[in-house]
Amino acid sequence: MSVEAREKRQPWILLSPALTAVGLLLFIPLVFIVVYSFWLRTATGADQAGFYLDNWNEALTDPFYRDILLGTLRIAAITTIACAVMGYPAAYFIARSRGNKALLLLLLMLPFWISYIIRTMSWINILGVSGAVNWVLLNLGIVSEPVQMLYNEPTVILGLVHFLLPFMVLNVYVALEGIDVSLEDAACSLGSTRWQAFREVTLPLSLPGLAAGGLLCFVLSAGTYITPLVLGGPTDAMFANLVFEAIITQLNWPLGSALSLMLLAVLGALVLIYNHYLGMGQLMKGLG
Amino acid sequence: MGWQLIRAYTLLVYLFLFLPVVVVVLLSFNASQFGSFPMTGFSFRWFVELAGNDAILRAFQTSIVLGALTALISTTLGVLASLALVRYDVPGRNMISTLLIAPILVPEVVLAVALLLFLNFLSINKSFFLLLMGHVIFTLPFVILVVQARLVGIRRDYEEAALSLGASPVQAFFQITLPLLAPAVFAGMLFAFTISFDDITGTLFWKPGGVETVPTQIFAMLRNSISPEINALGTVMIFLTVGLPLLGLAIARRMAMQRGG
Repeated sequence: MSVEAREKRQPWILLSPALTAVGLLLFIPLVFIVVYSFWLRTATGADQAGFYLDNWNEALTDPFYRDILLGTLRIAAITTIACAVMGYPAAYFIARSRGNKALLLLLLMLPFWISYIIRTMSWINILGVSGAVNWVLLNLGIVSEPVQMLYNEPTVILGLVHFLLPFMVLNVYVALEGIDVSLEDAACSLGSTRWQAFREVTLPLSLPGLAAGGLLCFVLSAGTYITPLVLGGPTDAMFANLVFEAIITQLNWPLGSALSLMLLAVLGALVLIYNHYLGMGQLMKGLG
Repeated sequence: MGWQLIRAYTLLVYLFLFLPVVVVVLLSFNASQFGSFPMTGFSFRWFVELAGNDAILRAFQTSIVLGALTALISTTLGVLASLALVRYDVPGRNMISTLLIAPILVPEVVLAVALLLFLNFLSINKSFFLLLMGHVIFTLPFVILVVQARLVGIRRDYEEAALSLGASPVQAFFQITLPLLAPAVFAGMLFAFTISFDDITGTLFWKPGGVETVPTQIFAMLRNSISPEINALGTVMIFLTVGLPLLGLAIARRMAMQRGG
């Protein structure tokens, strides 16, 4: 074999284990559940192979599934907006601060290292019947009995914002850091106010970072089922909870496949739209 | 004035991020038997009880073994793939990168369902092996992103110098490239371990009955009610995933400073 031929083959040898893993553990399984979603769960509990439209019919026409899907998208949208409103000014402060930038960034990374389940359940200590807020309210005499503030939709959103906010701040920060500060100064020296300079120069230039953070927040919150189980009530199920129920509790795998694919289609469409307009570069910058 | 306002706002955002976690740590040292406010005194009793809880110790063992194996496999696959992407002119590189990153673009629930059903079809039931394969596939993209970012910073000159001085490609790799790569490999492994150690979304789908990792154990305990033991467990987890890396970072920095004179 010639040297060039070997040189050409080398990268493929290096890539083959990872590509095999992704193919075998992700792509083929995804194709497999497409097939599985047309199978039928029979009364005996065995799955009947074939081409049945029953699962898709149920998943797409039953208003129960449609309402929960819409509710999930609403929760994800509110979470994303809350993250943007809370995260943007913080990211701006970090990007423009001169003193403790390294410390602020380190602190921002810390939540990524703290377990998701612990950060989620920590709110029970704050808002639960025997939590910090109730303790303060009782001692101030504002309430005479502990108030149950947990297990509703707002606490689910609160938990999601708490979990996803660092993703937003980091993405916006990366975008702001790439903007030349002197642009804002130039705008000011040409007569605009600080606020005008921010609104007309910095904000538009940082929008790709905001969009990348927004996509992450939306997709991650729309795919969660743990937060509603920990901080939500019985009626606060999100779409991923339905998938979990179908697969793990009812063992109705064909229906579970169809529901998973519905979630994938909705969120995948969002990722594709994002990719079409903005490309994956900004997102990768934020993740790396 | 505006700047002061942004500063105060940022402070509030950081408080929002950290206050609940601080409360977990505080309450884990609470002497009161209900584990809630008010703090009645400082005590290690919940940690002592934790150390005597077999279910939790088993969960720790499972999580650590799973995380270590995941880190090993995922980092091996990730480093090889990153080397190919950074060092060679591969045709269709963007396409390949996207394929390798795909596991984080697919919602984890969907990935979990697909993997569970497909491996079950291949007669691989819920097992430690299934759990391991799941953790490998969703940590791989993160390892590749981290390792690639580090690899770009390593210059090829050293390797080429070794080759021109008569080293074989294998020698050059093990004696020059690998030592230079070590920080990237280490970062990738740490990242994969932490993500695996923290995972609950996929794990609940893949784990066989009776096997618990630390997060699923906490989740199961939450079903009853929040006990001070959970806060103590949370504190231990926070120490392991935040304290140890920070300590490692501090030691590494100290060593680098000493070496620098």
